[in-house]
Amino acid sequence: MYGNDFSPPDEPLPGGLIEQVEAAEAALREAAERGRPARETGDLQAYFDSLISADQKIEPRDWMPEAYRKTLIRQIAQHAHSEIIGMQPEGNWITRAPSLKRKAILIAKVQDEAGHGLYLYAAAETLGVSRDELVELLLEGRQKYSSIFNYPTLNWADVGAIGWLVDGAAITNQVPLCRCSYGPYARAMIRICKEESFHQRQGYEILYTLAHGTPAQKEMAQDAINRWWYPALAMFGPPDDASTHSAQSMAWKIKRFSNDELRQRFVNMCVPQVEVLGLTLPDPNLRWNEERQAYDFTQPDFDELMRVIKGDGPCNRQRMSHRRRVHAEGAWVREAAAAYAAKQRVREVAAA
Amino acid sequence: MSQEWPLWEVFVRPRRGLAHSHVGSLHAPDARSALHNARDLYTRRQEGVSIWVVPAAAITASSPDEKDAFFEPAADKVYRHPTFYEVPEGAPHL
Repeated sequence: MYGNDFSPPDEPLPGGLIEQVEAAEAALREAAERGRPARETGDLQAYFDSLISADQKIEPRDWMPEAYRKTLIRQIAQHAHSEIIGMQPEGNWITRAPSLKRKAILIAKVQDEAGHGLYLYAAAETLGVSRDELVELLLEGRQKYSSIFNYPTLNWADVGAIGWLVDGAAITNQVPLCRCSYGPYARAMIRICKEESFHQRQGYEILYTLAHGTPAQKEMAQDAINRWWYPALAMFGPPDDASTHSAQSMAWKIKRFSNDELRQRFVNMCVPQVEVLGLTLPDPNLRWNEERQAYDFTQPDFDELMRVIKGDGPCNRQRMSHRRRVHAEGAWVREAAAAYAAKQRVREVAAA
Repeated sequence: MSQEWPLWEVFVRPRRGLAHSHVGSLHAPDARSALHNARDLYTRRQEGVSIWVVPAAAITASSPDEKDAFFEPAADKVYRHPTFYEVPEGAPHL
């Protein structure tokens, strides 16, 4: 539609993420068909536990332990904030996309991120918190977003690397969340993951095109992968023995796999993909381990991860000040729309 | 200053012939913008041919706590289902 300025990769992406999401959706329907176990006593905690162990979803108006509610609010809000802040690094390249077609795609992608943020805020609101409160917490720096968005996008190849590696890592993290025990979060994740698979493919295709272009373009693609690889690995969080929230979240079936398991899964998927690109991952210790049936690899720098989470990454201040500025600059729109709606209501009452 | 826009529940009819079903919620100042926002948020990939938006505050929901008592009257009326009845051998068209 916008001119054919690339040739699509011949090989489909391995991994079958869409199939995994569809399987999660089928499991959700199947659990609903199976029905909930009967509530035998007045013991609310026991009933909650029996729902979790029967793989049934917890719904907004069900009784749930306060800590379960708090954990979900924290996790879903952080996830929503990440989608919203995540619009910035890619949004930077909309005006400089190399063709009209790529610009249209990038706009659609950034718009999807906004949509994902809104689905997630809506899921968090079912837990009894308002979106305004969560936005406040983000703007005051009292809730976090994914540390990956504190890295800069220096050139067009970075847009490709974000799509392939950052969205790829996010999907690896998120596909198991489609089976999360909290119904509204699981359903939002199914919707999000279906949309994310386009993001990952568009990133991969950008890198593929660059990798088969001029030597300078190929080098640009390799450079972007070199810079994004370890931050992408760090997206899975601290190693299992240092992860503070993991065990309880696994018991509640909010989380289904440990950070290290997911990181390993991601590495195993990326190796054959980078080979198809004709590029390499910047890890001299990367090799197949026959015994483990998995790749050995170098762990990301977790001290750096902690520094970036605490606010000392390359772009933390820029991301937050941008978010605060646009939120403040949008205030008149929110107020004007509310004032208009109030005026219309008065007129309708008067007319009736 | 902050006066949050009200919450709306969104229902989408995926195709003609199917019922509207709940897809999620959103904030909007009035019904018309709620419809526009719902289109942008929930049907970016042609997921629907029709949208309903309903103020969340206008919905009265049964509570899961009263589940047993509330739905109990239907629980012991198995005779409402055709499978309750034994059909004599050879009776056609039943």
